[in-house]
Amino acid sequence: MKRLLPLAATGIYAFLHLPLLVLAVFSVNSSRFTLWEGFSLRWYQAAFQDQQLIEATVNSLLIAAVATAAAAVIGTLCAHALWKKDAPIITMSLSLSLVTPEIVAGISLLALFQWIFRFLNVHLGLHTVILAHVSFCISFVVIVVLARLRTFDNSLEEAAVDLGATEWQAFRHVTLPNLMPAIVSAALLAFTISFDDYVITSMVAGVDSETLPMVLYAIARRGANPMVNAISTIIVLGLGVMILASERLKES
Amino acid sequence: MRRLRLLFLFPTASILLLLFAVPLGILLVYACMTRGAYGGTMPPFTGESWLRVLDPLYLGIVGRSFLVAGISTLICVVLGFPLALFISRSGPRKNLYLSLVMLPFWTSFLVRTYAWMFLLRDTGLINTALQSLGLIREPLPLLYNWWAVILGLVYGYLPFMVLPLFSTLERLDPALMEAAGDLGARPSQSLLRVLLPLSAPGIRAGAILVFIPCLGAYLTPDLLGGGRTILIGTLIQNQFSNSRDWPFGSAISLALMALVMVMLWIQVRRKGEPLL
Amino acid sequence: MGHVLELRGLSKHFPNHVALDDLSLEISEGEFFSLLGPSGCGKTTTLRLIAGFEAPTSGEILLRGKPQAALPPHQRKVSTVFQNYALFPHLTVQQNIEFGLRYHPRPDAKESVRECIEMMRLDGKQDRKPAQLSGGEKQRVALARSLVLRPDVLLLDEPLSALDPNLRKQVRTELKALQRRVGITFIFITHDQEEALSVSDRIALLYKGRLEQLGTPRDLYLAPRTRFAAGFLGPVNWVNGFGIRPESTRLSLHAPQETGLQSIPGTVQELMFLGNCLHVETRTADGQTIVAEVAREECTYERGQAVHAFWSRHDEIRCDPS
Repeated sequence: MKRLLPLAATGIYAFLHLPLLVLAVFSVNSSRFTLWEGFSLRWYQAAFQDQQLIEATVNSLLIAAVATAAAAVIGTLCAHALWKKDAPIITMSLSLSLVTPEIVAGISLLALFQWIFRFLNVHLGLHTVILAHVSFCISFVVIVVLARLRTFDNSLEEAAVDLGATEWQAFRHVTLPNLMPAIVSAALLAFTISFDDYVITSMVAGVDSETLPMVLYAIARRGANPMVNAISTIIVLGLGVMILASERLKES
Repeated sequence: MRRLRLLFLFPTASILLLLFAVPLGILLVYACMTRGAYGGTMPPFTGESWLRVLDPLYLGIVGRSFLVAGISTLICVVLGFPLALFISRSGPRKNLYLSLVMLPFWTSFLVRTYAWMFLLRDTGLINTALQSLGLIREPLPLLYNWWAVILGLVYGYLPFMVLPLFSTLERLDPALMEAAGDLGARPSQSLLRVLLPLSAPGIRAGAILVFIPCLGAYLTPDLLGGGRTILIGTLIQNQFSNSRDWPFGSAISLALMALVMVMLWIQVRRKGEPLL
Repeated sequence: MGHVLELRGLSKHFPNHVALDDLSLEISEGEFFSLLGPSGCGKTTTLRLIAGFEAPTSGEILLRGKPQAALPPHQRKVSTVFQNYALFPHLTVQQNIEFGLRYHPRPDAKESVRECIEMMRLDGKQDRKPAQLSGGEKQRVALARSLVLRPDVLLLDEPLSALDPNLRKQVRTELKALQRRVGITFIFITHDQEEALSVSDRIALLYKGRLEQLGTPRDLYLAPRTRFAAGFLGPVNWVNGFGIRPESTRLSLHAPQETGLQSIPGTVQELMFLGNCLHVETRTADGQTIVAEVAREECTYERGQAVHAFWSRHDEIRCDPS
C-alpha cells in the first residue's frame, strides 16, 4: 500500500489537471484541427479581435466587480453579526442557498423578475444579473469571513469599547483592519464564482447583457473551435491567479 | 449592541428574503396554477402539475437522475479516498497537495466541462490521436452519452469529496493503523476494519456534498450528454423554454428543492451544525 | 475617603445557572481590592458587569455615586486590563496607548502618552507591534493603554496568569508599586490566593456566585469564616471540627505537657520534601490525616514512627460548619 497510494494519487492528479493542460497546449496550436502543427498565437489574436467576445468579457468583468463589491460588504457585516451571536434562520438559509441547484435558483429568480416586471417598466439586463450574482456570492463571503472571525480574539472589540470606542468604531477601527485580508480573500473567491457562472446568468440575462460564459457556451455547443481553447486558457490562468492570491490571504 | 448586530444582519436577511425565499414562494404559486398557452401561468388553481411529477415518464427521469448522481458519488468515493489518504499523510506538503485539488475546482466549471468536450468529441484529441495511430478508423462515440455525463460530474465535484474526507482522515491518530498492524492485521485488513469505518463521517459528508449538485446538475448533462440525456435539471429547464409549462417546471423544481433540503437536514442533524 | 465604587445587590442570572447572586461591595478610593475565587465563582462576571460588557439581572453599580446601569461600556470611567491583554495587533505600541484618547480628546494627551510610556518602561518600543513584545511588555502596554485615560477604577482580569511563572512574583510587586504611585483604585481578579494575599488591601472571596467573606488578607487567612474560605486560602488540617494549618502544627516523639497545647498521637505515613521544609503526614488512631510542616534540619522522622502532632489552641481555626 505504501507504493500503491502515491501511484493512485498521481493518477488522480493527472485526471484533475491533464484536461486543462491539454487545452492550454492546443490553444497555441496553429492548426484548426486537433493535430499539432506548430506554435502560433493566432487563436489568441482571433479572440482579441472578436467584438462579441470583448463585449461579453467587459460585461462579465463589470458584473463580477459590482456583485463582488456588494457581496463583500454585505457578507462581511452578516459574518460579523453571526460571529457575535448565531442567527439560526439566517445560517440555515445561507446553507440552503449554497446547495440549491443552480437551475432552480435561476428559474426562481427569472420567475421573480418577470413577476416584478408586470408592474414596472423594466427588463432583464445587467442589473438583474448583478442582483442574482450578489445573492449567490454572499454565502461564500460569509463562509470565508466567518471562518477568520472564529479565530479572532473576542476581547479586542471589548477592549476598544472599554477604551471609549462605540460599537461601530470598535468594528471600524479594530475588527475591520484585522479582517481585511480575509475580506479580500473572500472577494477574490466571489469574483471567480461570479465571473464563471453560466446557468443562473443565462436565465436572468437580457439581450444586451451577454456574459463571457454565455458566449463560450454558445460557441462550444456549435462545435470545435480552437478559439475557445485560447479563451479558456486565459480564464483559467486569470482566475487561477486570483484563487492563489485568495488562498495566500486566507493563510496570512 | 443589539441594534448594530440587527443592522449588520439586515442586508443579508433582505436579500435572502427577496432573492431566495420569495422566488421559491412564487414557484410554489406557479406550481399550483394552469399553464398558459405561450408560457407563463394562469388560473384556475389546480394540483395537476404535482400529480404529473408522479407520472411514470417523469419518475423515470427522476430515477435516472438518482442513478447517475449515485454512480458519480460512488466513483468520487473510490477516487477521493486514496487521494485524501495520500494528502493526509504527506506531512508538510499537505497544503500544497490540497490546493492542487482545489485550484482547478475554483477556476472555471464551464472551462473544465469544455475541456472534456475537447477531449471526447468525434474530432477531439482522443479520437484524433487514436485515428492517427491507426488504432481505429471511425471515431469512437465518446461524447454525448451517460458515461460522458458521469465523467464530467466526477471531474466537477471530486474536490467536494476530498475536502471533508481529508479533514476526517487528518484528525485520525496515525498510531491507529500502526496499532492494527501491531496486533497482527495485514495492511489491507487494517484499511478495511480500522481506517474505513473511522472515516465514515467524512465519506458521508462528502457523499452528500457531491450527490446534491449531481442530482440537480444542468450544465454537465447539457454539454457532455447533448440532448440525449435528460436529467432533472434538463427537464426543469425544458419546461421554461421549449415546453412552456411553467407550472410543471415549478413543481419539479420544488420537488428537487425538497429532496435537497432533506439531505441537507440529514447532514446538519448528523454533524450538529449547518454548512457554515 | 469616599467610596469610588459601590455594588448593591448585584445579580446575574443566565438561562441555566446563576453566575452572581446578590453581591454588595463598597470599594474605597485608592484601594487595591481583589476578587478572589475558584473558576466559576462569579469574579469574571462581576468584572464584566462593572465594565459594562454584560447587563446585570438586578442590582446597581454606582461609580462615584452615579448609577452605571444605563451607560454603555464606552461611557464608563472604568478601564480593563484583559487576561490576554487584547492589544490591537494591527497597531504599534504607541498607537495602542493613544487608542482611547482618540475618543477622549484631551489637551495634554501627547504628554500623558509620553509619561505613560516612560512610567511603564516602554521607551524605545513605541514603534513595535504587539507580536514583537514579550509577555511582560505586553502587559505593560495594556496597563499604559488604560492608565493614560485616568480611569476612576482599573479592572485587572487575571493579569498575571499569561505570564511566565518565574516572572509573576516580580510583576505583582511592580503592580503593587504602580498602584501606590498612580493612586487609582485597582480591582484585581485572581484565582491564586497567594497573589491576592500578597498585594491586596482587601479581598472579597467569592464562591458559587456569592460573597463568601470580605476582609483584609490577614482576616481571611487567620480567621476564615467558612471551611471553604479556610481551605481556599491555604492548606488546612480538619481535626474534630476545627482546623489547623500545617505551619502551626508541630511534631514530637512525646506528648507535650505545656498548657494551651492540643495534641493527638499518630503514626507517620508519608514524608514530602518541599525544598525549604518537609510536609509530614501522620495518621491518627481514628483515621484522620494531619499534615505538619517541619523544618528541614528538625526532621528526623521516619515512616511508621509513632509521633504526637500538637499545636497551640490559639492557632485553631473555628468556623461555621457549612
